[in-house]
Amino acid sequence: MGKIMGMNGNAAVAYAMKQINPDVVAAYPITPQTDCVERFAEYVSEGLVDTEFVTVESEHSAMSACVGAAAAGGRVMTATSANGLALMWEIVYIAASMRLPIIMMVANRALSGNINIHCDHSDTMGARDAGWIQLFSENAQEAYDNMIQAVKIAEDMNVRLPVMVTQDGFIISHAMERIETLEDDEVKNFIGPYQPRYPLLDIEHPVTYGPLDLFDYYFEHKRSQIEAIENSPKIIEKVGEEFGKLSGRYYGLIEKYKLDDAELAVVALGSTCGTAKDTVDALREKGKKVGLLKIRCFRPFPKEAIIKALAPLKAVAVLDRSVSFGAFGGPVFTEIRSALYDAESKPLIMNFIYGLGGRDIFPADIEQAFLKAEEVAQKGRVEKHIDYLGLRE
Amino acid sequence: MPTLKELVKRPERLTPGHRLCAGCGAPIAVRLILAAADKPVIASNATGCLEVATTIFPYTAWAIPWIHNAFENAAATISGVEAMYRAKKKRGEIQEDIYFIAFGGDGGTYDIGLQSLSGALERGHRFVYVCYNNEAYMNTGIQRSSATPLGAWTTTSPVGKAVPGKTQWRKNLTEIVAAHGIPYVAQAAPSNWRDLTTKAEKAFHTDGPAFINVLASCNRGWRHLPSETIQNMQLAVDCCIWPLYEIENGKYRLTYKPKEKKPVEEWLKTQGRFRHLFSPENRHLIDEFQKYVDQEWEKLLKKCEE
Ligand SMILES: Cc1ncc(C[n+]2csc(CCOP(=O)(O)OP(=O)(O)O)c2C)c(N)n1
Ligand code: SF4
Repeated sequence: MGKIMGMNGNAAVAYAMKQINPDVVAAYPITPQTDCVERFAEYVSEGLVDTEFVTVESEHSAMSACVGAAAAGGRVMTATSANGLALMWEIVYIAASMRLPIIMMVANRALSGNINIHCDHSDTMGARDAGWIQLFSENAQEAYDNMIQAVKIAEDMNVRLPVMVTQDGFIISHAMERIETLEDDEVKNFIGPYQPRYPLLDIEHPVTYGPLDLFDYYFEHKRSQIEAIENSPKIIEKVGEEFGKLSGRYYGLIEKYKLDDAELAVVALGSTCGTAKDTVDALREKGKKVGLLKIRCFRPFPKEAIIKALAPLKAVAVLDRSVSFGAFGGPVFTEIRSALYDAESKPLIMNFIYGLGGRDIFPADIEQAFLKAEEVAQKGRVEKHIDYLGLRE
Repeated sequence: MPTLKELVKRPERLTPGHRLCAGCGAPIAVRLILAAADKPVIASNATGCLEVATTIFPYTAWAIPWIHNAFENAAATISGVEAMYRAKKKRGEIQEDIYFIAFGGDGGTYDIGLQSLSGALERGHRFVYVCYNNEAYMNTGIQRSSATPLGAWTTTSPVGKAVPGKTQWRKNLTEIVAAHGIPYVAQAAPSNWRDLTTKAEKAFHTDGPAFINVLASCNRGWRHLPSETIQNMQLAVDCCIWPLYEIENGKYRLTYKPKEKKPVEEWLKTQGRFRHLFSPENRHLIDEFQKYVDQEWEKLLKKCEE
């Protein structure tokens, strides 16, 4: 076992990056992620890692350089938030299409406009169809743990896809926590050496990356990409299990909190899950049969696990920290509702949009979501599918 | 510099069988440049004619490791490749010397890719950037770029009753790049092949970023016969529209001085894209063109201390 350290989420991720010691990191500052690459830059300048740190002139170039470096054949990382991720968007798709196991930490932040530096999930959700695996973290400990697992998931021969590890901006990225770290050697052995496939630097075997791909092959290439991401849940679970054996902290696609005998549940991502666990505990003390479904892996969407977890319930409130304008509810809600469509029994389901632009969410808000769920369960029908928490109306 | 005999013995790095148009200036420039590399080369390529026509899946005309990422990021992409090379070299995982090169059209270099290029130059990666300059966006069907000369017809600077083609002069990218203070900057043309290969060799041997702006006519867009490519380039050089020079560690040198400076008209009249300039009401544009070229030429001569 490694040291127990006091770190915020950015520091925890930077520390994981130090232990991983990637070949290349290319990044550009943006609040609330900046602190992470600043700390990593210190490791570079102190000679504690031998990473080539490419201080690019924009996020677009950060992802572009990551693609070049990963195609050249090594471990590559970056970090960003909100507008930075939006500026990368074009290349985010290309990274996944080339099957490059790049790791990117996203400190979640509201996507302008108006400009706002605080947490919501609109940035990551905007990239949800790009072909990346997306792992959400509940706290700094999980952000640290996820970074290390991400390397092993991304590089698995059956996956070979980039992975986004998120943490809620400021709420996790800037709040000091107690972190259990692993030893450097434990991390090194866990991730193992990197085996590049078809690296550009293998000059004896020249390869062409990113050709023109027309209607005669493009579709098949997309199909194989779909297969890769469909292979990943098993690998994510396997890596989560192995990580558990090493650290005592086990990870799956989802986490069920007091859900097995519950009648009502909320579903959430990220730091809100911590608040929701407290709320569940408080309501359990009052004798309410409530639970939480935390989604750790949003892409690929763990539909079977979610159906299994939610189908027996009476009512479910899905919390979305982002909006899908003009859609029927937030991204998490839409997916869950769709997943449940074929379930033999299905709960009544509602959507609560909350926390946009960093608006705090309190246990009282989550309690309100549970109360609504209870009311709906009693009535046997949902009148208002989409509602808000913590909004002045 | 190797002899022509030695050059032709070097492996073909851009092989025959690509689908660029007959007479296209781009592959001539690319093959000459790659022939000048005495060590292995890895290339990145911006979106554009050169990229789409050489890599139609499942074929590739590239006999070297090659990557196309997107339109505006050939420089950032190769800087990532080069950074990985440095990481591996530092760790003793690779010993070989390798050259890194990025190819971009004028659109991917003068316009949308300028930021990525500037960033990579400023960071000092060891790579050669080649702009194959066909003076318009050809891959999307001949739209004006900031490298398109004054008066030229393109599909977004069409010739009409009110507007006689492009109304602005091209920006001077070679000078913009030179302002980064990188060790080697050059302007070249495939017509002067020895000049081009010498510059390419120097660029490959540069310890730091190097840049070559190479004129590469597009007969489809410029409207001349495919067989006239090389002559056309030579005329651009001899009319001093495309002077051949280099800037080595800040020092300017004219690498070719035309025996007799020809009037720009001689070049303009070879191409359909300038046809309208020869009607009486547009005559003044040719004069303007000449005036601009003269001014720029004089400035350059001074810088080269000629
Ligand atoms: C972000 C983006 N914008 C626009 C395009 C469309 N596009 C592809 S190639 C091209 C023009 C290429 O022109 P240039 O760089 O001069 O190369 P050429 O085709 O002339 O060789 C354009 C506009 C694109 N691929 N990506
Ligand atoms: S359109 Fe022009 S630039 Fe493109 S391949 Fe043909 S000649 Fe070359």
